[in-house]
Formats: sequence, C-alpha cells, structure tokens
Amino acid sequence: MSQRGGVPVVPSRMALTQIKARLGGARRGHAMLKKKADALLVRFRGLLRQILELKEACAVKLREALFALTAAKYAAGEDLKHVIQESVHRATLRVSTTAENVAGVQIPCFECRQRAETPSLAEGDTGGEGHGRALHTTYAGLGKGGQQVAASREAFRAALDAYVRLASLQTSFIVLDEAIKITNRRVNALENVVIPRFEETLAYIVSELDEQEREEFFRLKLVQNRKKRELEKRDAQAAAERARRAVQAFAAFDAAAFGDGCSGGSERLGLLEQAAGHDPELLPL
Amino acid sequence: MSATISRGLDRPHEWLMAVIGDEDTVTGFLLAGIGDASGGAHNFLVVRRGSTSDEDIADAFRRFTAARADVGIVLITQSAANRIRHLVSEYRQAMPAVLEIPSKDEPYDAAQDSTLQRVRALLGIRER
Repeated sequence: MSQRGGVPVVPSRMALTQIKARLGGARRGHAMLKKKADALLVRFRGLLRQILELKEACAVKLREALFALTAAKYAAGEDLKHVIQESVHRATLRVSTTAENVAGVQIPCFECRQRAETPSLAEGDTGGEGHGRALHTTYAGLGKGGQQVAASREAFRAALDAYVRLASLQTSFIVLDEAIKITNRRVNALENVVIPRFEETLAYIVSELDEQEREEFFRLKLVQNRKKRELEKRDAQAAAERARRAVQAFAAFDAAAFGDGCSGGSERLGLLEQAAGHDPELLPL
Repeated sequence: MSATISRGLDRPHEWLMAVIGDEDTVTGFLLAGIGDASGGAHNFLVVRRGSTSDEDIADAFRRFTAARADVGIVLITQSAANRIRHLVSEYRQAMPAVLEIPSKDEPYDAAQDSTLQRVRALLGIRER
C-alpha cells in the first residue's frame, strides 16, 4: 500500500466510483457552506455598525433619564429612592424572546413586555390602566412630585426600550460571531483536508488501476508469446518426427530392394526422390 | 453554545432584566418596573461606594448570568463592570445578554466596554 494521506481503500473500480461520489458531495457541501458564511458575514457587518450607533444613542437616553430622575428627587425628596426600592415586588416589565433565522442560524431577539400590575400592588385593580394610576397606588407614600416621578419613569422606560433593542443586536452579534467561526472552520476543513484527501485517494486508485492494467497486458503478451513458441517447437518436432519415420521406412524398403538383387545406385536414388517428393528437408539424407 | 441559545427558544418565556449599578441608575430602572423580588431574591444590586466589595459585585454578576435561569438581560454600569472586568471580558454567552451602561458618577468611556472592544477590533480588522 503506497497511500500516504488518503482514505484507506482497496483500489478497485467500485472504490473509484464511491470516492468519486464522496468527492462530489464534499465539493457541493463546500460551495454551500461558503455561501452560508457569506450570508452570515453580510449580516454581521451590518450588525457591527448598528451596535456602535445604538450604543451611543442609548447612552444619551440614559443621561436624559438620570437627569429626569434628579428632577424627581428634587421634587419628591431624597426618600424617593428608598420608597422605590422598598416597593419592589413583581417585575411589571419583562422581556420575551423570539427566534430569528439567518441562513439556518437561530438568533434570539428580545422584546419588551409590559405586564399588568398585580392585584396586591394596585389595590384590587388588576387592569393597571396607565402609568398614572399605577404610580399613584404604588408610590402612595410620596405625596408630592408625582409629575416629575412619572416623567422620569417614562424616560427610563424609553432608555430601557433602547437597551432591549441593543441587547438583541448584541446577542445576534455573539451568536453570529460563533456561527461564522464554526462555518469558516468547516469550509476550511473541507477545502484543505477532506477534498485534497479524496483527490489523493482518487489519484492513487487511478494509478493503481492503470498499473494493474499494464500488468495484465504484459501477462497476456507473455502467455501469447510462450504459446506461440511452444506451438512452433511442437511443429518443428512433428516435422522432424515425420522425417525420421520416412527415412526409417525407406531404409527398410531399400534393404528389401537389395535383397531382391535389384541393384543400381541411380535407380535407388530415383525411387528415393519419388518417395520424398519435393520435400527439401528429406533430400540431404 | 447551542444549549445557551436554545435556552431562550424552546419555550415561549418571559425573562427578567437585572441591574447592577449605582443608586440612581438602579432606582431609575426600578421605577420603570423591572424590579423583581419574588422568591426572596432581588434581581438588582446597588453598588455603594465603600460598603460594596468587588466580591459582592462578582457574586451578583455570577448569580444573574449563571445561577438564575430567569434573567434575560443584565445591565451593569461601567464603573461596576470595571471592578470585575475579568469576569465581564470572559463572558461570551449569548444568553443572558450583558450590557454595559454609563454610570451616573463617571463619564462613559466606550473604549473600556468589552463588547464594543470586540466590535471595534472586528471592524478595524475587516476594514484594513
């Protein structure tokens, strides 16, 4: 076995078709994964810019919200924050996630969800009709500065909305980053490892099959030659045997002729010529 | 990786938002209505100058990002994030999302934001 980096196979016609099919599959997969990586990258690059812009916008919004809170603190008194921190019970603002599909990659997308005020907070009122009422019931102890508190609450909501959008982008960023890395790794693995390996195996099988064919041809010629030579030898042997028998037969015939008293070299030669015909091989005898 | 992503996707679920930061920032977000104290555990941490140690912040960060399964977004002010920078920089999960926000007492410096650093690096490398 002279395979170096290839797939271990027995070089045969069947293995050749199999490897050819696998090479085709690997090439097709490589092309598709490359397309996927491109699609992800396009999306990813758009995302990077968006994140930078939105991050700045979010910072501005939060600054406004903090300013509004300062105004509320001035109006409602320093104990505002204690009232707020103590009155925390159940979250009324939550986020829900939906999945977005980009080239087969699932990306979670956040969305802000307002929840109805719980009965215990809103004193039997489950409706939670507007912030004003909820604020009244929730922060009843404050007494003054309700307008400023409501304004700062609105400002923080706006900032939070922006941050939730930013969170979606950032999550997409992380997920896409990972997905691109994985896809690129696969593309490179196919391009630099799997496909060359199949190609090498293919070359190995082809060369091995060629070699086998040459061996087969050589063997065929060898046998043909040998058969030819044997045939010639047998023909020659048969001819020699025929000649020997003919000589024997004529020798016996000649002796009888001598015994008969029929002498004369010329007659004997004539008879011989007659028996041998025109076979030049027999004549020198 | 896929486990952390699918965590938010298999079932329709509502997530809490958690806040770590200075008094005013936390108060403001609580005012907006993200505060939750059900089950005895708060989903926010007020970082007070002097009395809150780095370990407290790190504990809260780990609690919100790893231990609690109901937190979808963690908001952390930059001054608090700077005190546990190693944790924030190492954090690479998609869920929950960790966002650095400007804190009230210090000016916001985008160069210190772990995510923005990555974004910048990628943009820089790609544009070169």
